[in-house]
Amino acid sequence: MSTVLILGATSDMAVAIARKMAEKGNNIQLAARNSNRLQALQSDISLRYQVDCTIHEFDATDFNLHLSFYQSLSIKPDITICVFGYMSDNIIAGKDWHETSKIINSNYTGAVSILNIIAEDYAAKKSGTIVGISSVAGERGRQSNYIYGSAKAGFTAYLSGLRNRLYHDGVHVITVLPGFVNTKMTAELKLPPLLTASPEQVADAVEKAIRKKQNVVYIKWFWKWIMKIIKNIPEGMFKKKKL
Amino acid sequence: MEKKIANWGNYPVMESDERFFSFDDQLQKLVKESTHFIPRGNGRCYGDASLSSETINTLKYDKVLSFDKSNGILECQSGLTLDKILEFIVPAGWFLPVTPGTKFITVGGAVGSDVHGKNHHIDGSFSNHIVDMELILADGTITVCSPEQNVQLFDATCGGMGLTGLITKVKFRLKKIETSYIKQKQLKAKNLDEVIRFFDEYNHYTYSVAWIDCLKKGEHFGRSILILGEHAKVDELPEKYKADPLKLPAKKSIPFPINLPSWVLNSFTVKLFNFLYYGKNFKKEINNVVSYEPFFYPLDAILNWNRGYGKKGFIQYQFVLPLSAKQGLVEILHRISDEGLGSFLAVLKVFGKQDSLISFPTEGYTLALDFPVRKGLFEFLDELDKIVLKYGGRLYMSKDARMKPEVLKAGYPRLDEFRQIIKQYNPKGKIRSTQSDRLLLTPQP
Repeated sequence: MSTVLILGATSDMAVAIARKMAEKGNNIQLAARNSNRLQALQSDISLRYQVDCTIHEFDATDFNLHLSFYQSLSIKPDITICVFGYMSDNIIAGKDWHETSKIINSNYTGAVSILNIIAEDYAAKKSGTIVGISSVAGERGRQSNYIYGSAKAGFTAYLSGLRNRLYHDGVHVITVLPGFVNTKMTAELKLPPLLTASPEQVADAVEKAIRKKQNVVYIKWFWKWIMKIIKNIPEGMFKKKKL
Repeated sequence: MEKKIANWGNYPVMESDERFFSFDDQLQKLVKESTHFIPRGNGRCYGDASLSSETINTLKYDKVLSFDKSNGILECQSGLTLDKILEFIVPAGWFLPVTPGTKFITVGGAVGSDVHGKNHHIDGSFSNHIVDMELILADGTITVCSPEQNVQLFDATCGGMGLTGLITKVKFRLKKIETSYIKQKQLKAKNLDEVIRFFDEYNHYTYSVAWIDCLKKGEHFGRSILILGEHAKVDELPEKYKADPLKLPAKKSIPFPINLPSWVLNSFTVKLFNFLYYGKNFKKEINNVVSYEPFFYPLDAILNWNRGYGKKGFIQYQFVLPLSAKQGLVEILHRISDEGLGSFLAVLKVFGKQDSLISFPTEGYTLALDFPVRKGLFEFLDELDKIVLKYGGRLYMSKDARMKPEVLKAGYPRLDEFRQIIKQYNPKGKIRSTQSDRLLLTPQP
């Protein structure tokens, strides 16, 4: 039985991942800002799956507290899943530095800060798995979503380098690249149903990736091919598109 | 954002701004910010009860809050669906006190419709097993009600179609089981008289329901298969099941991929279907032990079976007639058979005594039939309504998409009392649905 740390445990995707990992018999550590919001999920997981479930206060953008947060965990997790992220309207963010910095800090800086700490611990122990939930938005910047996309691009590159480094220490790093996912974060968007995954589908893919030691995972197979095409459009053409 | 939504009958379809929440403070905010809304769960009522241009959906508010395994008491948030509950209570030796024919409904919906099951004559409806529940009212106040506390609110919430407030948490009692299997008995009845006699003769069985062929005429008019069941005890199981008596059934389901064209479901295919189904049960009596899944939820195995009725959707018509009005049952079945408006599914059940404020079940015969939406259907159903009322019956609001307010009023003697309670808790009609507007249940703003 392993212990799984879920960073950013209040999102729909995190709820689904936490339940899936608990169903497989893992103990769960739920970490998020406003951790009192996690009480219902804590009882849900411990009652339904009969595993230990604990809650921990964690703010992804309060970097100074990340080390003490990790030190405070009496049981260190075998698997860390970094789920937190923040998306807002690109037009609004483009005019508002506060919004932009929130996007960068949530999706990139915060993730790097906490995962650096955990990576050191795992490297020293020569074991552990790190999963980062990035996004296909980071594969190529598009006019409608490039602030969020660039932060995720940074995160994807970070995970790639981290995987390379930690491989030599026997630590595995997984990059998850969801496309559209039906969550509260996207409730206001009109998403094409065929291309949209449920949080449960993301959770299934994450669990499988951990079990099979996969490196880079798309949710729903066609996203890999959609992104291959998008990445290969020549820049001269791409810049004229309204994507 | 506006999306098109419909309930299980796919009629009506409407544009709605559907909002989701996971936490109490998000719900508070949604209720305060809405101009009006109706609570909505998994959309498994059939008509327009949970439809409105603004809806608050509970599906992401789905956590188990407490589970007393020694006494069988469960408390959960209202968006949790019954299929998820079964997954952890069955291995612990407990079962739902009452379950409808699908496990894909939320607990909030089970209360709002005050659902009944095959055990109504023994165990009553879902509300009979509630310890207490919490609601958020139209003004944002959180209130607890139970059979002892805020009794009026409790009574008007059970079967009240979500009009008193949004149910947030429900604590209810479970049923103890030794195994996850059902000892099933199936009896072939050659006509309506015989099946009604069987219901009486076998009324000591916990679960009973009949599948009835309503197109057959002459001496086999109303031929049926009565399905009876008891939770099996360990020593009643075949040897192969004894090692793991509380085993969960394997998850398997077949998606129904497309909407069939509505002409597929003509009277010929229904006759053929009835013939095959009836023919399958070639013996007079079959006794066997089956998992709870096929016994309670035979149609859940075909996901989206509602698509079989085509794009225009269907109406499920469910009524109850007093025990003294067996003749009414005959009259209605004759009308359906004469009209040739085939019903894919006709389910007959005898309800036990119940005298609730607004819940559907009351002692008598209840019949549920499906009709694909087509020209002339609503006029025909208005005719059936008249027969139902003539015999002192009523219709089930959870299935309804077209009933007239007079029909509701004539069927529910305590309707005015119900309206008064809604007025007290929802004075400006902030919580309203297309159905409550049509049936004049909510105050107009």
